[in-house]
This record gives sequence, structure tokens and C-alpha cells, in this order.
Amino acid sequence: MKKDDYQAMDFYDIAPALPLSRREFIKLLGGGIVILFAVGEPSLLEAQRQRGQPLPDDFNAFLRIGEDGRVSCFTGKIEMGQGVITSLAMMLADELEVPLDSVDMVMGDTDLCPWDAGTWGSMSTRFFGPPLRAAAAEARAVLIELGAEYLQTPPSELTVEAGVIYNKSQRQKKVSYSQLAKGKKITRRLEKEKVLEKPSDFTIVGTPVLRRDAVDKVTGKARFAGDLQEEGMLYARILRPPAHGAKLISADTSGAKTIEGARVIQDGDMIAVLHEDPELADQALKKIKAQWEKPEAIVDDKTIFDHLLKVAPPGDIVSEGGNLAEGEKASKTIIEKTYLNGYVAHATIETHTALAKVEGGKATIWASTQSPFGVKEEAASALGFQSKDVHVITPFVGGGFGGKGSSRQAVEAARLAKIAGRPIQVAWTRPEEFFYDTFRPAAVVKIKAGVTGLGAISLWDYGVYFAGERGSQHFYDIPHHRTMTYGSGWQGQPGSHPFGTGPWRAPANNTNTFARESQIDILAAAAEKDPLEFRLKNLKDTRMIRVLKAAAEKFGWTPAKAPSGRGHGIACGIDAGTYVAHMCEVEVDRKTGHVQVKRVVCAQDMGLSINPEGAKIQMEGCVTMGLGYALAEDIHFKGGEILDLNFDTYEIPRFSWLPQIETVLIDDRNAAPQGGGEPAIICMGGVIANAIFDAIGGRVFQLPMTPERVKQAMG
Amino acid sequence: MNKTIRFKLNGKTKSLEIDRDRILLWVLRTDFKLTGTKFGCGEGFCGACTVLVDNEPVRSCQFPVANIDEKEVITIEGLAGNGKLHPLQAAFVEHDALQCGFCTSGMILTAYGLLLKNPNPSRKDIIKGMDENLCRCGAHTRIIQAIQRAAQNMRGGSKR
Repeated sequence: MKKDDYQAMDFYDIAPALPLSRREFIKLLGGGIVILFAVGEPSLLEAQRQRGQPLPDDFNAFLRIGEDGRVSCFTGKIEMGQGVITSLAMMLADELEVPLDSVDMVMGDTDLCPWDAGTWGSMSTRFFGPPLRAAAAEARAVLIELGAEYLQTPPSELTVEAGVIYNKSQRQKKVSYSQLAKGKKITRRLEKEKVLEKPSDFTIVGTPVLRRDAVDKVTGKARFAGDLQEEGMLYARILRPPAHGAKLISADTSGAKTIEGARVIQDGDMIAVLHEDPELADQALKKIKAQWEKPEAIVDDKTIFDHLLKVAPPGDIVSEGGNLAEGEKASKTIIEKTYLNGYVAHATIETHTALAKVEGGKATIWASTQSPFGVKEEAASALGFQSKDVHVITPFVGGGFGGKGSSRQAVEAARLAKIAGRPIQVAWTRPEEFFYDTFRPAAVVKIKAGVTGLGAISLWDYGVYFAGERGSQHFYDIPHHRTMTYGSGWQGQPGSHPFGTGPWRAPANNTNTFARESQIDILAAAAEKDPLEFRLKNLKDTRMIRVLKAAAEKFGWTPAKAPSGRGHGIACGIDAGTYVAHMCEVEVDRKTGHVQVKRVVCAQDMGLSINPEGAKIQMEGCVTMGLGYALAEDIHFKGGEILDLNFDTYEIPRFSWLPQIETVLIDDRNAAPQGGGEPAIICMGGVIANAIFDAIGGRVFQLPMTPERVKQAMG
Repeated sequence: MNKTIRFKLNGKTKSLEIDRDRILLWVLRTDFKLTGTKFGCGEGFCGACTVLVDNEPVRSCQFPVANIDEKEVITIEGLAGNGKLHPLQAAFVEHDALQCGFCTSGMILTAYGLLLKNPNPSRKDIIKGMDENLCRCGAHTRIIQAIQRAAQNMRGGSKR
């Protein structure tokens, strides 16, 4: 979304005092044809109502065909690299039958766009897509109606191509959408689902389309939050504690004031230095002498797992069936294992950044965030403003992966801007980013599972501690099973984690899939079966069987009992409604324990794939990013002190780690579209663990599978 | 200590009276408003801030501005000529070699430096040359393809 596009709309500067009536809102929109619609559950509309959203409250998204024929879609979703700026536009263009380049996406602007909970959970396409298509179909119906009148032709005789309505038999009789929209003020509320175009009629959806934001991103024109500069803007640097939980005893800021032009601000617990030159702000901060009292470190990255088990609350049953005692009796072999994973950082290349301006009792905040409406509320509460007086704009976001749902930096910028009376930029340094990141939580999974003499899984007793529920339920055909979660969610409860934790790309599912798929391979080995054959034998879910077979075909899987010495691995799972199966080949250096992943095949069934090229890019991205948590990423800490503060010690995947990646998309054009930004990452721990076992005959039970742990597994 | 330095920035001669200790990244972003060059880690580990100084890729977050005196600096904004994308930029678009786009400027300029030295790099050469540039979205596979394609096109004569 370029800034200029806002100006073309005649309601840029509107910050209404009260929620608008429908009529007032429509007046503000100006001419054209507007379709209002609701996305998701009615509860979302209720949430919007409670949040004092300035728009009327019976819809939460809308699209407009302007008098110039351009189509705009207004949504609170944001673009952070996952490509919805392209896929949502494609759906809209197809349903309306307009060229893709005539569609503008207006995203993540809290004054222009209806309330949205946030962009995560691979939900944009899944839950936004169907109502967006229905709204577009409604708009098309309105235009056909107008066209029929204009051309004096019954609607059944009309056809649309590229935004122009033609008389089917006399093509010279035609009228464009822009001609029809001119001078009109038509608003419709989408009341019921329209009959949608059949998938086979799609001309844009399902075809590979390149990213719409690519040219701006390769020329340096794309604006991220840190690239925006307001008149009079100051750069802020904020004094940070050496550890989470540390208390400030004293701070001598006199040194900072010796830097010409530096302003020191103290507001409650926050001490900040402001300067019009970012380097001088930094120098001034370094001159502050602060004394902190650090709390005693109770846990570190080695003892955290015992700690978590100790503080775990009673579990909740996620699902169960049959009888575990019966399952034990039916089992020939019973195997109990514990799986661990450490804390993992989001480590987006763009750090948390925001620019805030407070003027005349109103705040405008440009933030790198996955949750513009969340920022609006948090900032309003910190400033003592009403929520309607806070306007959040989301420029391009330089990666999120769950980490930018938390937007502390935006609140810091807003607080400082209010006090200083100048626009303020807060851009976290890399150490700040590591310190305040909401890490993927450390977690423990305990599994007790059994297999019969015939190789059927007969028992599955599964407990996951502190990762969360997503992906914890197995999908195998097991008569006696129970799945429990302890310490729900990603945040845990007070006293569990020594610092902030939160959702991380496909939250909980990376932990759960690593544990489950490792255990399945152990059972396969106990049953002396090929891991693929063993899975297929224990599955009834036809989608999972199909996706496993698709991966096997592409990989050229040949059956063998593990460990075969070949270094081949397999894993599968379900995330955000999407089925994935991975196969890989690894090479293990027996001297160093270093694992090189040579090849990964990833098959994915995501229902109808809106932008197959976009989906494949996400799959490749997941596989590449997943190498990190599988092999290297692990936050080292001592109590609340974070020891990894930059990329020298915190290693993320590099070019030299890259396997050959092959993707297979099972395109089910008649099935609803499912999530695509996360699923393909969930198998990376499991598939590599299983391949390592196949290579060396030893198993690693803890993520990441560092060279030391691999060497240990070799015995 | 202030001193006047003279240099070429994206083809244009500039002269600046400036504290010689200032860091190139911030001079580009604040004094020249060339915000295509990104801050990523501040310690030279990630490569998001890469620019070319006399055709050599450097980490501008570690580079004192004094060192550009009498030299030529190229940033991402200076790569496209006459409204036409540079073959590397075109190849990045064509191969979808980016997602969030934050590492992209640094990737393209590092690749440019690589191709100036080695116009016909093998896949191995590209991996080696790009290994110190980090991408979190996982666009690596396509970045390699884009560099290979750009190398072909540049050898074919369409340098700019």
C-alpha cells in the first residue's frame, strides 16, 4: 500500500468522534459501489462494537468499486511477507472479473479498515476468502443489474470481461464498470452467501501470480515503519534492564545531557534519550550510568525442563477414546519417551519499529505489527486516550512469524511522542529484539505408546507441557488413546517462563509434530516395519494417506527398516486445516555430529490453492526456516538474562544449509482453501530426527539437534 | 571531527561536511533519506545494510563515512537505470526471490558485488558469496535461482 493511494481516497483524514451511522459512513466513502460484509463469526462484530470502532458495526470488511473503475478492498489484515496482498486481490479480481492490476488492497489502517483481531494462524485466506468472494459476487451482480439497464439488455444476455460488460451477441454494445460506477452512490450489505463462481471458471485464482509488492521491494521504494520520517522527528533509545525482572536502583543521566541536542525523558519506569540523530541518541544512552538489582537466577536453558515439569498445573484432556488399560494389554511392545525443545526466537530481520505522532489529543502510530487494532487499544490505554483518538497505520512489515503480535515498541513510541511533543521513532536494536522477543516456549512432551505383534498402534498416551494444544491430537487409527495438555497456551502462567513467550510460526505444532512423528518411527522400528508402510497401515484418514503417497512418489521412497544407513526420514502432520507430508535425506558427519540436510520433499494438501506460486514460496520458506529450530536455534539464558543477543551466537539458516527443496501441491479445486503460511514448517523437526536415526541408528530427543546432541545419540 | 568529504552516490557527485566517525548506514538513511538500505543487526552479521563502495559490498552499519571519501557508493536506489530494473532486480521479481523484502536490498547488492567479480558463478560460488547474508522468510532457494538468471542476462549484455 503506497502512501499516495490514501490520498486518492477522499476520507483520509477522518477520525470521527463517535461511531458513524451507516449513512454517515457511506457519505464519507464518496461515489461508487460499496459492498459491506462480515467476516467470520458474529462474535467478531461484537468485539468490534466493544472496541469503539469508528465504523458502523454491522460489517467488518468492505470493498468499493470507485468511479474510476478501481476496486479497493479494505481489511485489517497486514502484509508481512506471507503474500496475502496478492492472494486476496486475486480472489477479488476473479470474482469481479476485473484485471488484477485494477485492485488495491488497503491493509492494516485502523481508521480506514474495519476491526480485525490480527494477522496470524494462517487465517487470512481461509476465513477472509469466502466472504470476500461472496462480496465480490454481490458487487458483480449490482454491476450486471446496472449494465442491463444501461444497455437495455436482460442480464442473462450479458457477459463480463476485464471490467467491461458486453452484450453476448452484439459485442459493440458494452459498458465498463467505471462508467457504471460514475456518479452512483450504491451501498449493499451482503446478507447471504451468493452463488459463487465454480472453481473451473477461475481465470486468475489457481494460476501462478508473482508478488504484487515485488518491484517496490527490489528498488528500495517499499516503506517499512523505520523508513518513515516525519518533520521534527526524534530517534529514541531506551534504557533496558540487564535481565528480565531486574529492578532499577538508580540512574545518573547527567552524562547523556552532555551530548548536544540530547533530551532525556523519564516516565515512570522508562528512561529514554531522544535525539534527531540516531547515532547521537545511541551515544547519549551509553552515557547513562544505571544500577540494577538482578533477581537470583533460578533456571537456565539446561534446568528449564525439570522446572517446567515441576510447576506444571493439572492437565486438560484434549481428546480421548477407548481405554488406556485395555491398550496396554493389547500391546506387545510399550515404549515411553520424553521429548524436549528449548526457546526459539522469531528473529525477523526487521526489528520491532514504530513511529508515533501525538497532536491535539490524537495519536497516529505507524508500526511494524501483526495486530494494528491491538496496538490501537494498548496505545490508547497507555496514553490515557480514547481508542477512537488513536490511528494505527501498518506499512510493510519485515517478517512476523507470530513475534509482532506483541508491539511494545509502538506503545513506547506513543508515550515518548506525547511527552516530547515531537514525532518519535523507536526502532529496537538487535539485542533489544532478542531481549523482548516473545519466544516460542520451551516445552516437554511425554508419550507412552504401544504396538501389537501385527504392527498396529494399540496405545497412545500423550501429554504436552507448555507448548500448547495446536497439533497435539494424533490422526492415526488408534483404539485406545488420550491426549493431555499441561500449562495451556504459549504464554504459560506466571512463574513458568523467566521471560515473555508467545506464538511462533505454527505455534505448538512444531513441538507436537516432532514428538509424535519421532515416536511413530520408534514404534515402526519396534514393529520392524518401513516407516512409510507403518504409517499407511495405521491411518484411515484418506487426505493424510494421499499426501503421504504424493510425497513418497516425488521422493522415490523405497521401503526399508530404519536404520537403513541411507539417512532417509519421513514425517506428516496437520496444521491450519492443511495436510503436509515431508521426506528428507540427511548426511551426518560422524566425527563432528554436523547434520547436512541434502534434500527435502514437501507435499501439501491445502484444498483450493488460491495462488499456487505463493503457496510454494511459503512451503519453501517453511522448510528453510524449519532447518533452524530443528538443528540450531536455541535461546541460552541464565534466569531472566538472555545470553544470545545477536546473530553471532544465535544461528539462523543460511544459504550453505540449504537442501534441494521439492514441493508438491495437491490442488483440490473443489475443497475450501486452507492455511498456507505455516503448515510446511511443522514436520521439519520430526523428518530430520527420523532421517538422523535412519543414518546413524541413534535418536535425538531434544530440539535443536545440535552436533553435540547428535554425537551423543551415536553413543 | 568535522571534515569535508567528496564522493559519488548513485552516480552523482556529493560533497558533505560531516563528522568523520559517523556511520555510513545512518548517513544514507537520515541525511540522504535513502531508506532502501536497512538496519538489521547493527553488528555486521546479517547483511541487510549492504551497499557497494567502489563495487565492493560493505556492511554500511560498520562503515565509517570517512572511508567513502573519493569513492563511489551504490545503494539499492541507484541500481535501476532510466526507469529500467537492473537485471538482478528483474530476476528477483521474476523468481519471486523475496517475501517480506527486508533483506532484499542487501541480498541484491551483495549479489551484484559477486557478479562483478565472477560473472559466471556456479551454484556453489553463489552459496559461498551469499552465505553471510541472512533471510528469515526462507527465500534462499529462489534468491540463488534469481542470481543465476541475472548472471546469464548480464553476460548476454544487458548490464543496466
